Amino acid sequence: MSAIFIMIGASLLVAVGFLIAFIWSVKSGQYEDDYTPSIRMLFDNTNNKTTKTNTK
Amino acid sequence: MQIIILIHEKSIKERIACFHCGDICISAEVKLDDKAFCCEGCKMVYEIINKKGLCEYYDKEKSPGLSRKKKVREGKFDFLKDNTIADKLIHFKNETDSHVIFYLPQMHCNSCVWLLEQMHKVNAGIIHSQVNFLKKEIKVVFNHRKTNLSEVAEALTAVGYEPYISLNDVTSSKKGITYNKRKIYKIGVAGFCFGNIMMLSFPEYFSLGAPDESGYYKFFSYLNLLLALPVFFYSASEFFISSYKSLRQKILNIDAPIALAIVITFSRSVYEILSHTGAGYLDSMSGIVFFMLLGRYFQDITYDTLSFERDYTSYFPLGVSVINENGSESQIPVSKLKIGDRIKIHHGELIPADSILFLGKASIDYSFVTGESIPVEKTIGEIVYAGGKQTQGAIELEVIKEVAQSYLTQLWNNDSFKENADEKKKSFIHNLSTWFTYILFTIAIITGVYWWINNPSNVLNSITAILIVACPCALLLSATFTNGNILRYMGRSRLYFKNANAVERMSEADTIVFDKTGTITYQQEAKINYQGNKLTSEEEQHIKNLAQQSNHPLSKAIAMALPEVKKLPVFKYKEEKGRGVRAIINDNEIKLGSAIFIGVKDDLNETNGSRVWVSVNDVPKGCFYIENPYRKDLQQTIKALKNKYSLFLLSGDNESERNNLHKMFGDKVLLKFNQKPEDKLNFIKQLQSHNKKVIMFGDGLNDAGALKESYVGVSITDNMNNFTPACDAILNGESFGKIPAFLKYSKQSNKIVIGSFIVSILYNIVGLSFAVQGTLEPVIAAILMPVSSISIVLFTSGMAWFYSINLKNKKHGNNNFN
Repeated sequence: MSAIFIMIGASLLVAVGFLIAFIWSVKSGQYEDDYTPSIRMLFDNTNNKTTKTNTK
Repeated sequence: MQIIILIHEKSIKERIACFHCGDICISAEVKLDDKAFCCEGCKMVYEIINKKGLCEYYDKEKSPGLSRKKKVREGKFDFLKDNTIADKLIHFKNETDSHVIFYLPQMHCNSCVWLLEQMHKVNAGIIHSQVNFLKKEIKVVFNHRKTNLSEVAEALTAVGYEPYISLNDVTSSKKGITYNKRKIYKIGVAGFCFGNIMMLSFPEYFSLGAPDESGYYKFFSYLNLLLALPVFFYSASEFFISSYKSLRQKILNIDAPIALAIVITFSRSVYEILSHTGAGYLDSMSGIVFFMLLGRYFQDITYDTLSFERDYTSYFPLGVSVINENGSESQIPVSKLKIGDRIKIHHGELIPADSILFLGKASIDYSFVTGESIPVEKTIGEIVYAGGKQTQGAIELEVIKEVAQSYLTQLWNNDSFKENADEKKKSFIHNLSTWFTYILFTIAIITGVYWWINNPSNVLNSITAILIVACPCALLLSATFTNGNILRYMGRSRLYFKNANAVERMSEADTIVFDKTGTITYQQEAKINYQGNKLTSEEEQHIKNLAQQSNHPLSKAIAMALPEVKKLPVFKYKEEKGRGVRAIINDNEIKLGSAIFIGVKDDLNETNGSRVWVSVNDVPKGCFYIENPYRKDLQQTIKALKNKYSLFLLSGDNESERNNLHKMFGDKVLLKFNQKPEDKLNFIKQLQSHNKKVIMFGDGLNDAGALKESYVGVSITDNMNNFTPACDAILNGESFGKIPAFLKYSKQSNKIVIGSFIVSILYNIVGLSFAVQGTLEPVIAAILMPVSSISIVLFTSGMAWFYSINLKNKKHGNNNFN
């Protein structure tokens, strides 16, 4: 039954991973503009790479 | 301001649309590569785009450009070469790169996004550009060794997107985004901890006090405690800070009872866990914090494209050309203007400070300040006031007052701009929660005394349980979610509120003050259509000459709408009152007037406007249809409001429209004309000193003072891209007819809050009945808390939706406000 200690530890680690992913996504500004990317993705990349999500 | 003349339905199709902007090409001479353009400006933009190989721009949307008939003056952005100005706009800089964000009001379609993100092909110094479409902003990263800020602005202008740079850009701080992000982090952390604590508490819920085996119990408790730490110290910090601040000023604010509940729950849980006497109430605590933060976030919705805080600095230019003693021109920031400076104002520019006209011919449009749209001519030596726009060539001025001391800007020095609108009133939730807190303490004390007499070991247990279970969070939650919903539904009907407090203030108002121009009238010039036989250009010329003779508003409108022609001698001019005008021009008898006057039968149904018929030598030609300048729903709106509110009308214009307005508003409404901006402000002040609660509807900068002073200031705009002065709410002109429904809805919102408060009281009674007996098990608290929160959220959302049906289905002109 002591396996449960390890299991819970592992599940918490996974959850912390998601929390970090969430904080990172907010920090990188992914929620600041939720409209323009939907336009941008429809453009053909004719020549060089033009757009990439960039932050400070 | 645009005057749209549709000279004959058919002829439009025959005409060629400009390849760049889609406007009708008046002359077919501006051509390049078989493509027609309406003006040289559009052709130039096309040339640049074509040269840089960016013609894909024109494939994505048809005629995506904007008309360039108004030329942008060369050297307009020279002031950006000044490093002190440039550094204020550039928000990040390292050895090679600079980052800047420009506001581009012209941005409107997919093509714009595409072109603007190809800016590195237009100017080699630009490394990368990224658009935020909703905010109409472009972020440009450029190499400041290869180019500079002024060249970047010029490159944008060259492809048709002139950046809007105002004084506000350098004075305002941009803290908003980081602050908002911190809130999201807090919610994220609280949500994560809440979920995990709940999960780890399950074994304890199910065993319901069964003896501990193999140390699970301890392990879970300590893990819970670990998870609760970030909630208590990070996520909940804003409750502590805010209640500490208010307690220092000896006020019991809305956050204080929450902070108290959190502290007590946390400390009792820590004690229980460390002393191995129980599992604590950490699940309830983190739940409260999570739901409260979520509710507040939900309430603080923001409209990215709108700003409620604009003052004159958003309208004023950042730089101005100053003429030095040796005659050379240089660009300095407006804020550095001194008395005695000689400045040069170019065509279409705004005068930044009160000055004396020194050189040139001034024709100044004060529509910004007074609402009066006809330009005023000034001669050398006269004073021109800040806020006016020069409409004829360049002029030279000598500054006599600093920017902040000028006639218009002084309005902002008024006391009403110093106080914060949200402090005008404390929400009634505040009062409710204060009462709630007092009652709670009374119950806690009575219970404490009871147990002290009967069973002293139960005192601490029961008192803390009361404070844990009866935290006013259900009440606050109901308020935040109701407000959030109300704001959203109002926004969907195109009334955008700055915050929830303004909705509550609106529900209390008893007086409404309207501005005239732009508020109850349409903001664009009246649209004029012509129907009938096509007029030759000679006939147009005759009609214009005739129409110019009369002072009748309809003739004036026709004269304005027809193209500029040379003056012809007018003979035998005669005006017949209520019928029309006639005269002989170039041996043709021209008549302009009502159908009877011309001798035709008016078989078209009268809609929302007036018809002026025209005949040449007694041959009827057709008629001009002039739309009514007043908003379509004005009359119904006034009718619906008249009995419930006292109404007033303040106008910056003269009295010429008094009779018309009197008809519409009726006898009871006081109409005031020739009102200067500060007159409006003082009028509102006077009303409020008689304990009236005033809603002001206004539009321009001239209403700014009145909007700020009033209990609720609502700014009306027909074009959401236009700038609106500082206010509590922004109303789209199309929804003008819904004003009575909005007012009703704001009243219903209070009912919803009270309704959900009653629901939360019921939950509190159940919880308290356990708590006073000292038998509050963590599991009961853990069930009660989310159930009450969720049911209240559902209740308020449902009610807000139910009442909003009335708002949505409202058809124009159909008012059932009674």
